[in-house]
Amino acid sequence: MNRVKSWVTYLQVAPLALVFLLFLIVPIATIVVVSFFDYNTTQIIPAFLLQNYEELLLSPVTWRTYQQTIQFALITWALTLLIGFTVAYFVAFHVRSPTMQTVLFLLCTIPFWTSNVIRMISWIPFLGRHGLANTTLMNLGLIKEPLEFLLYSDFSVVLAYVHLYTLFMVVPIFNSMMRIDRSLLEAARDAGATGWQTLLNVILPLCKPGIAIGSIFVVTIVMGDFVTVRMMSGGLSASVGLMMANAMSLLQYPAAAANAVILLLLVLFIVAAMMRLVDIRKEL
Amino acid sequence: MARKSNGGIGRRRMLKGAAGIAGAAIGSGAVTGFPVIWAQNNKNIVLRQCGTGVSAINEIAEKCKADLGITLQMTALDSDAVVQRVVTQPNSFDIGDIEYWMIKKVFGANTLQAMDVKKIKLFDKIVPIFTTGKLKADSVIAQGTAPSTVSFVEGAGSTKFAKGQTQWFTIVPTIYNADTLGIRPDLVGRKIDSWKDILDPKFKGKTSILNIPSIGIMDAAMICEAAGIVKYGDKGNMTKAEIDKTIDFLIKTKKDGQFRAFWKTFDESVNLMTSGEVVIQSMWSPAVSAVRGKGVPCVYQPLKEGYRAWGGGLALAKHLKGAQLDAAYDYINWYLSGWVGAFLNRQGYYSAVLETAKANMSADEWGFWMEGKPAQGDIKNPQGQIVEKAGAVRDGGSFYDRMGAVACWNAVMDEDRYMVQKWNQFIAA
Repeated sequence: MNRVKSWVTYLQVAPLALVFLLFLIVPIATIVVVSFFDYNTTQIIPAFLLQNYEELLLSPVTWRTYQQTIQFALITWALTLLIGFTVAYFVAFHVRSPTMQTVLFLLCTIPFWTSNVIRMISWIPFLGRHGLANTTLMNLGLIKEPLEFLLYSDFSVVLAYVHLYTLFMVVPIFNSMMRIDRSLLEAARDAGATGWQTLLNVILPLCKPGIAIGSIFVVTIVMGDFVTVRMMSGGLSASVGLMMANAMSLLQYPAAAANAVILLLLVLFIVAAMMRLVDIRKEL
Repeated sequence: MARKSNGGIGRRRMLKGAAGIAGAAIGSGAVTGFPVIWAQNNKNIVLRQCGTGVSAINEIAEKCKADLGITLQMTALDSDAVVQRVVTQPNSFDIGDIEYWMIKKVFGANTLQAMDVKKIKLFDKIVPIFTTGKLKADSVIAQGTAPSTVSFVEGAGSTKFAKGQTQWFTIVPTIYNADTLGIRPDLVGRKIDSWKDILDPKFKGKTSILNIPSIGIMDAAMICEAAGIVKYGDKGNMTKAEIDKTIDFLIKTKKDGQFRAFWKTFDESVNLMTSGEVVIQSMWSPAVSAVRGKGVPCVYQPLKEGYRAWGGGLALAKHLKGAQLDAAYDYINWYLSGWVGAFLNRQGYYSAVLETAKANMSADEWGFWMEGKPAQGDIKNPQGQIVEKAGAVRDGGSFYDRMGAVACWNAVMDEDRYMVQKWNQFIAA
C-alpha cells in the first residue's frame, strides 16, 4: 500500500520536475559546461579550460563593471524600497475605503500596460539637452545652461530603473500590509505608541516578507540588466549584462558563459543572504 | 554593422524580407509587361540569401522573381551572426551576402566556392577597386582589408588569396560606400575639415562615435592619426601597442567628457543628431538622409584625411551545383545588369557596374548621385520620397571624389580578440 502511494507521489511531482529539468537545469548545466570551452573568432571548441575564468577574474575591467552593477543595484534597491514602502503604506493604511484602495492599486499598475522599453525610451526626449525638463527649467529662469547630467549619465540610468521597478516593491509590500491584523495597530496605539513607533515596531517587521520578495525582484533584475544601462547611459556606462551581450555579439560564447556563471553565483549569494534575514516561507 | 537602408522603412522592409516568399509572390503578380530579357527557366528555383540588413531589400527579391523567376529568400542578420552562419551552418544558405572584411574570416572555413569570372558577363565592367584595387591608374590602394586583396583565390577549390587577378572570384561586389563624420552645420559654428575636429574642446559633451568595435576602432584610428596621437603602420591591422595607445587616448577623452554617448544602431545615431545632443559624430550615409528627412540640417562632411570605406558582395555556398548553381550565376549577372545598381545608387550607396546602373537612372539622378552635380529637379529615393530638392549637391561630390579619397577599408585585425578586450575596457571606463 505504502509503496503504491509513494509511487503515486513521484508521478504527481514528475511533470513539474520534468519542466524544471528541461527549462532550468539543462540550460544552466549547458552554460556551465560551455564556460570551460575554448573559442576562436568563428567557432566554439569543446575543451576544459580555466582560461575564460582567468581572463574574466584577472581583468580590472570585470571588477569595475561588477562594482558599477552592484552600485546601480544598491541605489535602485534603496530608492525603490523607500518609494515602494511609502506608496504601499499610503494605499494600505491612509486610504480607508476598499474600493478606493483597489482603484489606487490598479492606478499604480497602469504604466505597466505599456512595454518597459517604451517607458524607458520616453525618458530620452524628456531629459535631453533640448528636452522638456531642460526647456521648462530654462524658461522658468531657474537655470541658464541645460543640465547635461540629466541624460546619458548614471543619474538617468538609476532614474529609469526606479521608474521601471518600483512596482515590484509596491505589490508585495502592499500585500504584506493588507494582511496585518488592524487590531494590532489599535493595540499599539492603546499601549501608547506614537505613529512612528507603530510603523517601526509593528508594521515594518510584519512587512519583512513583502520587502524581501520585492528586494529579490529588484536586485536580480537590475543585476542582470543590459538594455536600460545601454540606452540610458548612451553606451557610456557598462554593466555585467552588457559585458555578456558584447561578448556574445562577437561569438565569444564561452567568455559570456563564464561571466554568466559568476553572475549567477553572486546573485544566488545575495538572494541567500536575504533569505537568511527573512524566512519568507514561514511568514507567507 | 547591420546598416539599415533608411530609417523606419528599412526596418519594416527587413521584416518583410523575412517573409520573402510572400512578398515575391505578390511582386510577380503585380509586375507585368516588363521586357523579357531573362531566360525564365528558373521558375522552381529558390535561393536562400543570408546577409547584413543593408542589402536585404525586399524590392530586389520582388524584381528578381519577376525578371528571373527565382524566389529569393532573404535573411537579415547582424554582421557577426553572418560570419557565424557562413562558417558553422554552410547548408543553411545558398548565397552569402558578406562584407569584404569578413572574407578573411570566412573563406578559410571552406564553406564557400569561388566563382568563375568567365560566367560573370559584366566582369570586365566591375569598378576596378574590386579587381585591380586601383580606381584610377594612379590610385594608391588604401589601408585595411582593401577588396582587391581578398577578391581572388588561386584556383577553383582554393581558399588561398591570390596576389593578382585570377579566374576565381571570391565575391561579386554589390554595395559599397565611403563613410565619414556627420555634422550639424547650424550648430558647429566653424569649418570642419579633419577627423580631429571631433576632439575640439568647443564640442565637449556634444560628440559621439559608434560602439561597434570593428568599425569604431577605425573611426578612432582616423581621429588619433589626424590629431597626431598615434602613427599607424596599417590602421586596418594594428599592433598591440597601437591598439593600446588608441584605446588609452579614447579612455582619456571619454573621462574628459568629450563624448555625449556612443551609438550602436542606426536609429540611435539619427536621434542623437536630430535632437541636438551631438553636433559631430560618426555616421552612415542613410542616417544623414534620415536626419535631413526630418527637416534638420545635417552634412556628411568630407574630411581631408579621407574616408573609411566598406563594401559587401555575394558569395556562393560550397554546396551549390547544377541548376541551382546556374540560377545563382543568373542572379549575380542580373544583379549587375543595372536595375539593382540604380536602386542602390538612389539610396546613396554605390553599385559595382556603373554603366548599367547609369542606363537605369535619369541624367539628373546620375548627375546628382554620381557626378556631384547640382540636382536639376527633386531627387527621390527608390520608394519615391523626395530626399533632396532641386539645386542640392551631394556631400563630398562625385563618385571619384569620394571613392578616390578612401584612407582605410573596414578590416579584421590579426589582434582582433585583443582589440575587442581593450574596446570593452574603453566602454567600461
